[in-house]
Amino acid sequence: MIRANHLPLLVTLVTFVVAYALCASQYPSMLSWRVIANLLTDNAFLGIVAVGMTFVILSGGIDLSVGSVIAFSGVFLAVILRDTSIHPLMAFLLVMLIATAFGAAMGALIHYLEMPPFIVTLAGMFLARGAAYLLSTDSVPITHAFYDTLQSVYWKTGGGARFRLIGGVMVLTFIVGVVIAHRTRFGQNVYALGGGSATSKLMGVPVASTTIGVYAISGGLAGLSGIVFSLYTSAGYSLATVGVELDAIAAVVIGGTLLTGGYGFVGGTFFGILIMGLIQTYIVFDGSLSSWWTKIVIGGLLFAFILLQKGLTWASTARKKATTGFITPS
Amino acid sequence: MIRHAFVRRITPQLIILAVVLALNLMVFPDFFKIELKNGRLFGYLIDVLNRGAPTALLCLGMTLVIATKGIDLSVGAVMAIAGATAASLVVDGNHWTAAVAGALAVGALCGLWNGVLVAILRIQPIVATLVLMVAGRGIAQLITEGTILTFLDPGLIHLGAGTIFGVPTPVLIWLILGAFVAVFVRRTALGMLIEAIGINEASSRLAGINSRVLLLCVYVVSGIGAAIAGVIVAADIQGADANNAGLWLELDAILAVVIGGNSLLGGRFSIVASLLGAMIIQSVNSLILLSGMPPEFNLVIKALLILAILVIQSPKVGHVLYILRASAPSTPPKSQSITKPTSSPQEDQS
Repeated sequence: MIRANHLPLLVTLVTFVVAYALCASQYPSMLSWRVIANLLTDNAFLGIVAVGMTFVILSGGIDLSVGSVIAFSGVFLAVILRDTSIHPLMAFLLVMLIATAFGAAMGALIHYLEMPPFIVTLAGMFLARGAAYLLSTDSVPITHAFYDTLQSVYWKTGGGARFRLIGGVMVLTFIVGVVIAHRTRFGQNVYALGGGSATSKLMGVPVASTTIGVYAISGGLAGLSGIVFSLYTSAGYSLATVGVELDAIAAVVIGGTLLTGGYGFVGGTFFGILIMGLIQTYIVFDGSLSSWWTKIVIGGLLFAFILLQKGLTWASTARKKATTGFITPS
Repeated sequence: MIRHAFVRRITPQLIILAVVLALNLMVFPDFFKIELKNGRLFGYLIDVLNRGAPTALLCLGMTLVIATKGIDLSVGAVMAIAGATAASLVVDGNHWTAAVAGALAVGALCGLWNGVLVAILRIQPIVATLVLMVAGRGIAQLITEGTILTFLDPGLIHLGAGTIFGVPTPVLIWLILGAFVAVFVRRTALGMLIEAIGINEASSRLAGINSRVLLLCVYVVSGIGAAIAGVIVAADIQGADANNAGLWLELDAILAVVIGGNSLLGGRFSIVASLLGAMIIQSVNSLILLSGMPPEFNLVIKALLILAILVIQSPKVGHVLYILRASAPSTPPKSQSITKPTSSPQEDQS
């Protein structure tokens, strides 16, 4: 039973290891600390946002607004650092507050209006992107001494690899996410909610606060991701990170989380991110392959993992039917 | 009686459209002026109809898909694929009719793929169509080999930029197809069967509806509609841009369906109301453009529109309104449907 429960996570892990081994056998230089460090740095913003997305999907929802929230956070930071003399740390705090409140507001709308999360977060996506446009349509550079300090923080290992701060932030976010999902009451409530809203209500799960909390986490992490993205690019641009929500959803699914909610692992998403980063790195190493292959391969992987999940669900219902004589609606 | 219900169904959309058009007229007095120049109709109203064509074509299929409690996220990517197919076929020296046929076939194939995932493999529609949405633009770029494929075939260009009897071709295409689909689903039992699937698929299957085939068909229709829209967009700019053709149009199409008063939870639908929704979106776009407001407001206004509709459509708000109406028996029921026109979808259901 435990084996069946962890199978998707195992498949993700094996996929990553096999993919990496294949890449390394073709390009031995890919097996270096430098590549691994870049894998973490380049996917930091995507990883952070994917943690929030994992929580949302575990609760049975979806958040389409994260890409726009990242862009808004970046532009907001750039504009506020340009126009005021506020310290970046204060600005970071402000961004996190706004993004969290934004997410919580969407959660409240979803819960109290009983509307599908898809359309509510779609409105949020338009709103955040529009707000970013209103702040500035041009790319605003960020030139602050504190940014230079943060960007120069790294941990150097052999082979000239540099583990930068933002990669560390992503790993930390994942660790905190894993702890919250698997070791706290809130995490249990999220899983229960994803298993079935009506059932969890009867079980005494605080549906309202859990729903709002989940979207607040997703919004807050999108804000954090915006900060990381602005550190990564040293600029705020309202047209940046279009479609990141799709990458995040893809990473969550490849990481073995069921899109119907109630089942999955935050840790799996980490390997989902790494697999997607690996595909990109491979294409860069190859040089002759065009970048659109990334999308096709990710789409193919997405399809494969959805099929795998479907197969597992079928297998488990068939077994339940065989042992109890009943089919439980999944 | 049917006619009366139909008029009442589309009244909110007509009112919104009239208000937006009136606002257009206020900021731009010549808005309603239509003139015939070189055998072609010119005017802002024609422009709204013309520019709204892709969204209108998308929301034909999208309305049916949403009525079955599904969603099709891939239409924008399918547009890119279809446009790329048509362009590459024409560039290779094929006749433009063959190119259009090829594009339609590819669109139908994409729809079939989505349909198989949803109807046969029983994957949630949002996830099933996400696969093609992610991979679709990559496939389109594979067809165009990463470039913007330009073509000069007059037959194909005519579809996007030409006129028939002075009316721009895209306008005629969407009006005819829209009328055909609307009449077809309402003059046969098809529309009712689709609604039955959306309301409760299990019970509709028990009632003898072949829900699998119907679901497949609905997604194929959506794919074909997206293909036509893709060909029109490509023909309009005389080139297939795999990156930007139909980008985010799936969201506009969904928004049009929602503005059309169709519930995202499936069930009752109205093609005409969705088409009106598409025209409302385009009129808002033109209003923003004409009033000299920065186009950045476009997204914010769309977001507020969705939020307003969400509040109106929400089952909870509908319930509160119902209680308010029930507890105020002094007002005659007829005037209420006029004072609260926006709550008519709920009224229809009750």
